[in-house]
Amino acid sequence: MKGKLLVREARVVDPSQGLDRVSDLLIEDGRIGGIGGSIPVQDAEVLEARGLVAVPGFVDMHVHLREPGFEYKETIASGTAAAAAGGFAAVASMANTHPVNDCAAVTEYILKKAAVAGKARVHPVGATTKAMEGRELAEIGEMVAAGAVAISDDGRPVSDPNVMRRAMEYAKMFGIAVIEHCETLELHPGGVMNEGYWSTTLGLRGIPRASEEIAVARNIRLAELTGARFHVAHLSTAGALRSVREAKARGLSVTCEVTPHHLLLTDERVSSYDTQAKMKPPLTTEGDRQALLEGLSDGAVDAIATDHAPHHQDEKDDDFDSAPFGIVGLETAVALSLDRLVRPKIITLGRLVELLSWGPARILRVEGGTLAPGSRADVTLLDLERPFRVEPQSFLSKGKSTPFAGWELRGRAVRTIVGGVTVWSLGET
Amino acid sequence: MRLRSKDLLDIESLSAEEIALVLDTATSFKEIGTRTIKKVPTLRGRTVVNLFYEPSTRTRVSFEIAAKRLSADVINVSVSGSSVSKGETLLDTVQNLQAMAPDVLVMRHPASGAPYFVARRLEAAVVNAGDGMHEHPTQALLDAFTIRERKGTLAGLKVAIVGDLLHSRVFRSNLRLLTRMGSEVSIAGPPTLVPPEVEKLGARIAPSIDDALVGADVVMMLRVQKERMQGAYFPSVREYFRLFALTRARIERASPEVIILHPGPINRGLEIESAVADGPYSLILEQVTNGVAVRMAILYLLTGGGGEAS
Repeated sequence: MKGKLLVREARVVDPSQGLDRVSDLLIEDGRIGGIGGSIPVQDAEVLEARGLVAVPGFVDMHVHLREPGFEYKETIASGTAAAAAGGFAAVASMANTHPVNDCAAVTEYILKKAAVAGKARVHPVGATTKAMEGRELAEIGEMVAAGAVAISDDGRPVSDPNVMRRAMEYAKMFGIAVIEHCETLELHPGGVMNEGYWSTTLGLRGIPRASEEIAVARNIRLAELTGARFHVAHLSTAGALRSVREAKARGLSVTCEVTPHHLLLTDERVSSYDTQAKMKPPLTTEGDRQALLEGLSDGAVDAIATDHAPHHQDEKDDDFDSAPFGIVGLETAVALSLDRLVRPKIITLGRLVELLSWGPARILRVEGGTLAPGSRADVTLLDLERPFRVEPQSFLSKGKSTPFAGWELRGRAVRTIVGGVTVWSLGET
Repeated sequence: MRLRSKDLLDIESLSAEEIALVLDTATSFKEIGTRTIKKVPTLRGRTVVNLFYEPSTRTRVSFEIAAKRLSADVINVSVSGSSVSKGETLLDTVQNLQAMAPDVLVMRHPASGAPYFVARRLEAAVVNAGDGMHEHPTQALLDAFTIRERKGTLAGLKVAIVGDLLHSRVFRSNLRLLTRMGSEVSIAGPPTLVPPEVEKLGARIAPSIDDALVGADVVMMLRVQKERMQGAYFPSVREYFRLFALTRARIERASPEVIILHPGPINRGLEIESAVADGPYSLILEQVTNGVAVRMAILYLLTGGGGEAS
C-alpha cells in the first residue's frame, strides 16, 4: 500500500526487538518506517492510539479454513474475516480440505482465493502424504514452490513410522517444519474424550493421554534420526510437553503449540455432554493444564494457536458420539489470552505477544511477527481494558461452536492492519 | 412428594429420598400385577412413546406393559441403525415427536448422553431406558426394589458386582444408587473391563471374583457385552468362565442368605453357570416381574401422580 500511516502514542510491544515502550509507529508504503518517541511527519494519516497497545500482527499457525470442499463450514473469505476480527494478520491453513491440499494446484487455488477474498494473509500448509492417506509423500516440493510453508496431515496422523521418516527427510530439503497431529489412533477406537474419571462417569469412550504422548515421543525420535524440524500441533498433555522439553534440552529442532482451550478448560467441561467441548485432542486434566501454563512462561511452548475448526451448527447439534470434533477459536483467542493469561499474571504481555507472533512466524519461517523497521506492516492494536462478551452468533466465522459462549472478558484486539491496510477495526465491520 | 425433575435421566441426580419414593410407590403398584384384571385408569388419555434405537425385548416390553396397566396409550418406535444413518437426525426426530405432544418419551440410545439432548428440547417427560455406556436408571431402581423386598433395606449390605464393568450402564447406575443408599460395593472383572478411576465413584476394586464374593449379601452379575467390544478384552470364553463366572462352588464364599441378580439377557456358561442362574439364590426372574411395578411407579410419578394409584 502506498502512503503513510502514523500510529501515535501507542504502547509498542515487540518481543522480536525486546521492545515495550510508548512510541509512535510509522507505516510507510506497507512497511514499518520506524518506531520512535515522537516522529514528526507532515503527510501521514494519523491514528491516535494513546491507551492502546501496538504489537506485531498476530499469526495463528493452526487454522482450518475448509475451502475448497467444505464451504458450508467456512470459506477463505469468512475464515480470514474472523481472523482479522480476532486480531490475526495471518493464518496457516491446514490441508484437510476436499480435495486435500496435496499438490500445487490446490495450494495455488487457496492463495488465489486469499488474494481476492482474504482479509488476513493465508499461509497454506501442504499435506504430508497424498490425500492424507499416510502412504505416499505428497508433492511437497511443488507445493513449497507454490507457496506452502510447512507440511502436515493434521487431523489424520501419519501412523506408519517409515512414511513419517521419509517425510521428515524430504522436508529438510526445503527447510520447512513437519507439523504433526500427534495421536495414536489404534489405542482408542471410538474415543471421544479424555480417558479418566469423567469418561467413566459419563460412559463415554476415552482417549488416554498416552495416545498423544506415544506419537510425540516417536516423532521426536524420528526428528533426531533425520535432523528434521518437527512441530507438535495442539499439544495437550503434561507428558508430551515433558518430551518436547527434553528434546529441546538435547538441542533438537522441536517446537510445539498449545491452544487457548487446553490452557483454560479441563475434561470436566464435558460433564453435560456439551458438544462444544468435543475436540481433538480432547480437553485433559487440571494437572495437564497446569503443565501447559508452566510451559508458556518457561519457554517450553513456542506458540499459541487456535486449531480453529469450524463445523456447521447442524453437525454439532447432535449427541456427543455423533458430533464432529472441533471448535472455533479465531475470534476468542486473543481476548481469552489477555484476560485469563496476562491479567492474572500467568505470563507477561510481552510473552503473550511473542507466542502469538514472533514464535509462530519463526516456526513457519514466514515474514511477519515483528515490527522491525523495513518489515511488512502487519500490526494489531489491542485495548487491554475493553470488555468483551463471547457471543457466537456475532462471530464472522461461519462456525459458531465454542465452549466459551457467554464468557465475560476484558481486553481484545481493536484493529488489525495487514501490509499497512486496516483490514478490520472494532465498530467498522 | 414428587420427583424434582421432569425427566428420569440418571440415578446421579436422584436424592436418597427420591429413590425411596420410587421404591415405595412401586410397592403399591406391584399388587396390580397379581390381579385378574391387571389395569387401573391412572394414566387414561396419556400417551407414552417408547423410542428404541437399540434392540431390546425385556425393557421395551416391561415399559409397554407398565404403561398399559396404567391405561396409557403406548406407541413403540424401533429405529434400526440403518434407517438412522439414512438421514433423520436426532434433533429432527425429537422435533417431530414434540409436534405429536406425547406425555412421556421412554428412550434407549447407543450414544451416552443422548437422552439429555432430547430432554432439553422436549416438553414431555423423558425416561432414560439405557444410554450407551452411561446409565440405565430404571434397571438400578428395579434391582434396588428387588433387594429391598428381600433384605428389608439397602443400607449396610455387601454387594458384589462382577463382569464387564467398562461397557455397563447397569453397573454405573447401580453403583450410584447403592452407594447413595448406604450399601458397600465391591467390583471385580478382568482389568481390561474395569473403567479407569472407577474407585472415585465409590467402588472397591476386588482383586478377584472370589475376593469380591466373600460375605456378599447380594451378587450382581453383568452381561459380557460382546456387541460393544472393539478389540480383545479377554482371550476366550473358556478363560473368562474360569476366572469370572459365577459358579456353584464360588457362591459358597458369599453370605448364606445371598441373592443373585442379573440384568439379562444372560449368557449361560459365560458369566454365569446355568445351575446358578436357575438355582435357589437367583432372583433373575423376580427382577423382571418387579421391573413392571417400578416402571409403573416412574410413569406415575413423572406424569404428576394424580392421586389414584390403586
